[in-house]
Amino acid sequence: MSAGRRLALALAMLGAALLAVAVLALFVGSAGLSPGAVARALAGQAGAESVESVVTLQLRLPRVVAAALAGGALAVAGVAFQALTRNPLAEPSVLGVSSGAAFGVVLAQIFGLGLSALQALGMAVFAFAGALLAAGAVYLIARVPGGLSVPTLLLAGVIVGIFFTSAITVLISVVDFDRLGGVVHWLLGNLAPIPPTALALFALLALAGFGLILRSARELNLLALGEEAATQLGVNAARLKRRVFVAAALLTGTVVAFAGPIGFVGLVVPHVLRGVLGQDNRLLVPTALVGGGVFLLAADTLARNVVAPAELSVGVITSFCGAPFFVYLLRTRYRASL
Amino acid sequence: MIPLVEFDDVAFAYPQPGRRRQAAFTLAGVSFAIEAGEVFGVIGPNSAGKTTLLRLLTRVVAAGRGEVRLDGVPIARLGHSELARQVAVVPQDTPRPFPFSVEQLVLMGRYPHGPGRFFESEIDLAQAVAAMEATGVRHLAPLPLEQLSGGERQRAMLARAVAQQPRLLVLDEPTAHLDLRYQAETAALLRQLNAGAGMTVLLVSHDLNLAAEVCDRLLLLGGGRVACVGPPIEVLQRAVLEPVFGCAVVVDVNPTSGRPAVQVAWPVAPARR
Repeated sequence: MSAGRRLALALAMLGAALLAVAVLALFVGSAGLSPGAVARALAGQAGAESVESVVTLQLRLPRVVAAALAGGALAVAGVAFQALTRNPLAEPSVLGVSSGAAFGVVLAQIFGLGLSALQALGMAVFAFAGALLAAGAVYLIARVPGGLSVPTLLLAGVIVGIFFTSAITVLISVVDFDRLGGVVHWLLGNLAPIPPTALALFALLALAGFGLILRSARELNLLALGEEAATQLGVNAARLKRRVFVAAALLTGTVVAFAGPIGFVGLVVPHVLRGVLGQDNRLLVPTALVGGGVFLLAADTLARNVVAPAELSVGVITSFCGAPFFVYLLRTRYRASL
Repeated sequence: MIPLVEFDDVAFAYPQPGRRRQAAFTLAGVSFAIEAGEVFGVIGPNSAGKTTLLRLLTRVVAAGRGEVRLDGVPIARLGHSELARQVAVVPQDTPRPFPFSVEQLVLMGRYPHGPGRFFESEIDLAQAVAAMEATGVRHLAPLPLEQLSGGERQRAMLARAVAQQPRLLVLDEPTAHLDLRYQAETAALLRQLNAGAGMTVLLVSHDLNLAAEVCDRLLLLGGGRVACVGPPIEVLQRAVLEPVFGCAVVVDVNPTSGRPAVQVAWPVAPARR
């Protein structure tokens, strides 16, 4: 089967899965609505002020969209960082990039930015700057002549992550805690409903980052040959690396600004896809967008319902999946490269 | 007639951190030309500048002085893909880790022929198959590169370069990790690509005897300068080689090919008591 047909098939299957999980997520929740009531609200037959309308259309639906977007963005960022560093364990949270973005967001909140349209943009800019700063630091620390060393890269990620987490703690301690309402919950990854304009901005930024990485997917394959060999095949390696680096930081920063630093999605989803589809980034990037959505939406639906009426942070669920998965990969498949 | 490749008084030095003033030139005043259709060899001791010469030709680094021309056009004026359609490199080592199959590797050679394309075209697929046929790796197509033996990996890398359909095929130490049989096969393959497919070949090698056998002309580099250019019979002479390599050599004639064969004149071991 040609690569194009495999991609179409995989996307069709993942799309169906996304639809199924989205429907499930719309119909279950702590409000205890009957399926009929949810269906009425979705069909627009319930009154705008009715409970089922508010719960379904203003709470659950934006949350479903945000979860799918955040999951897709994180998974694509994972694929990008893995190709860029030629390190299969690289991922926004492992590399400390999420922590950098989170620092940016806390800083933005201290300046009083919220989620209204313009302020959300400001928040995303802060998160993006934080992500770039952290990713740049990790890159500079781990760079050795001729590439990046795998163990050093992981250690650099941990160190940079710890640094920014400490910096966040300092900010929270210094500033009046009431002004940072819900920050702790948010720091664990929290897909609380986002206003429609902010959600639109989220989608726009995520798609921009995705587009840049998708456009570079074939060249990212060539980067596996090494930078010099890629250059000799006609790839402008410096420009490619810059573009993908910025795009992956944008994806990470955007997700952190609107949903918090959710960990390990960029590790789990790409690796499951690699097992099925192989290592071609042209197949991985688009399927990660949909597959990441499926994974995070499922995790968030679980987080909303497992301890209902209370709610777990979705980041807890992804970490409970991702941490053992990371250890498994470290001990089995990638033992030799460390 | 314009030669395919021209080095015109080229100098290059790697930047040396902390010692900007006294940067030692890796290459200085290098001039030579490669004619279309020939097999041209670059030989010389370690750190003579062989690899640097190759990196200058493929624009991985830019010349500090002088000019490198391809078909009369300075390569600095060519786009990355434009250059890659004309010059293909078979590197000394295969990349590691490398998660792709032989077929995927060979298809990468098609990139410069359609850099804007997301998936390869039918033509690309056909060219990749032809390149694998020509280098005898078609039966290995679905296997991961990392599972192959050293000789097979080398041929797969060669297939990738052939798929590029270049006018100039550059090989960096093609027999460095190969045993005798694969060395012989590589030599035969190079001749076939040169005579059959009409590719000009640039061979960079430590192996003086391989160079003597397959090359029409040789360039001997010593200390970043051209020590001698000419047919193997002229370059591979004791009086030329000894000052460049700094050791005594014996130059013989290979009885089957009639080409020069070089050996080290091993220092005599002290008698054991």
